[in-house]
Amino acid sequence: MSFGPKAWLQAHWDARAALNFMLGGTGSGLMIAAALATAESRVPVLLSLVLVATGLAAVWLEIGRKLRAVNVFFNPFTSWMTRESFAAVLLFALGAGALWRPQWFLPAAAAAALVFVWCQGRILRASKGIPAWRAPQVGLLIVSTSLAEGAGLCLLFTTAPLLLAWFGLALLLRAIAWTRYAAAVRSTALEAPGKALLQLGTVAALALAFAGYWVPAAAPLAGAAAIATGLWLKFALVTRASINQGFALPHLPVRGTR
Amino acid sequence: MTRWAMVADLRRCVGCQTCTAACRQANDTPPGVQWRRVLDMEVGEYPEVKRAFVPVGCMHCDDPPCMHVCPSTATRKRADGIVTIDYDLCIGCGYCAVACPYQARYKSDADVLRKNVATKCTFCVERVDAGLAQGLKPGVDPEATPACVNSCIAKALHFGDVEDPQSNISQLLAENQHFRMHEELGTRPNFYYLWDKAP
Repeated sequence: MSFGPKAWLQAHWDARAALNFMLGGTGSGLMIAAALATAESRVPVLLSLVLVATGLAAVWLEIGRKLRAVNVFFNPFTSWMTRESFAAVLLFALGAGALWRPQWFLPAAAAAALVFVWCQGRILRASKGIPAWRAPQVGLLIVSTSLAEGAGLCLLFTTAPLLLAWFGLALLLRAIAWTRYAAAVRSTALEAPGKALLQLGTVAALALAFAGYWVPAAAPLAGAAAIATGLWLKFALVTRASINQGFALPHLPVRGTR
Repeated sequence: MTRWAMVADLRRCVGCQTCTAACRQANDTPPGVQWRRVLDMEVGEYPEVKRAFVPVGCMHCDDPPCMHVCPSTATRKRADGIVTIDYDLCIGCGYCAVACPYQARYKSDADVLRKNVATKCTFCVERVDAGLAQGLKPGVDPEATPACVNSCIAKALHFGDVEDPQSNISQLLAENQHFRMHEELGTRPNFYYLWDKAP
């Protein structure tokens, strides 16, 4: 098309929706990392719940009819947004239990967190109107960024070898997920955050995490690099790369025949 | 079984936007909200240029992504194929709007009747239902036909039952080559575009 309506940036979901993916993802990842490495501490669990709640509050601010928010629970049969809401309820219930008895409830809360962030990935994938979101590779990207950011945040609380190993694995998984996604989806809006994710958020973060075995102060820096680059990527994915489908004609009208 | 569908003859549409105005008048949509609009598209470079006026809106898909993602069940599909929105259930989350590959959904705080909830073309479902109740035939009798179709000055827009082989639109589809937009996405729209006579 040489003239006409080109595909444009969707305006229905803005930074408030992005915050749900950013904070909800990091909070979920933190719950999972906490279950692996800090089973005795309640602070990471509390922070995880606060982050997820803040993300959900941000997206609540975006909806048009806020007092009807409870209607979000009405369609568990096909809507990933409804499923995400149920997963959030489960996460908060089990998270509250983990604050009370971590050894009993933390593994289950971590499983709920994984379900929550999986739903977030599927929310994007079900958005058929946005080519950058509906790519099948987006699911693993969302989950892996969550795992990496959560593990990075957990490094603020402990630099236990198990957590460092988990952090390294999550970073590698995220780099693989990003590479697969970037091979399938071309978006100029994601070039800079994608490059930062690989260079600063993966290579530099891995080097710092490795140094963390001997110099504990390096580990939180690695976590910060992983968190910052992951959040930037998700913010760009939701608010900058979300060009809609646009319009296209497979055939042009043949005039003078009717 | 009835399945309501719309046909736009791209050879006939002149881009006058009368359908847009008629829709806005009939459905009382606020500024910036156009359930029926006509795109002006130009393809090619001089001297090989072709121009098309393309009516667009909700395609009332057989497999509507907007309905599947809707968390409140506000978006539903009737047995006759019309995709509807329950404005009293909708929470205005905008998920349907990003799920729709046809950019057919709106949300406006200037909409007095449907404030901050999702809205879109309804195929003038109230007119269709009221007409059927009076024994009228949608697509044939204007009182039972969507406002945009009634208003079309070029007879480019048609409405009818695509399951009825004798209907006006079934005959148009049989006599002409047609396509549906973004068919590769598998949504199976009930909005057909005619572009040439049948070979």
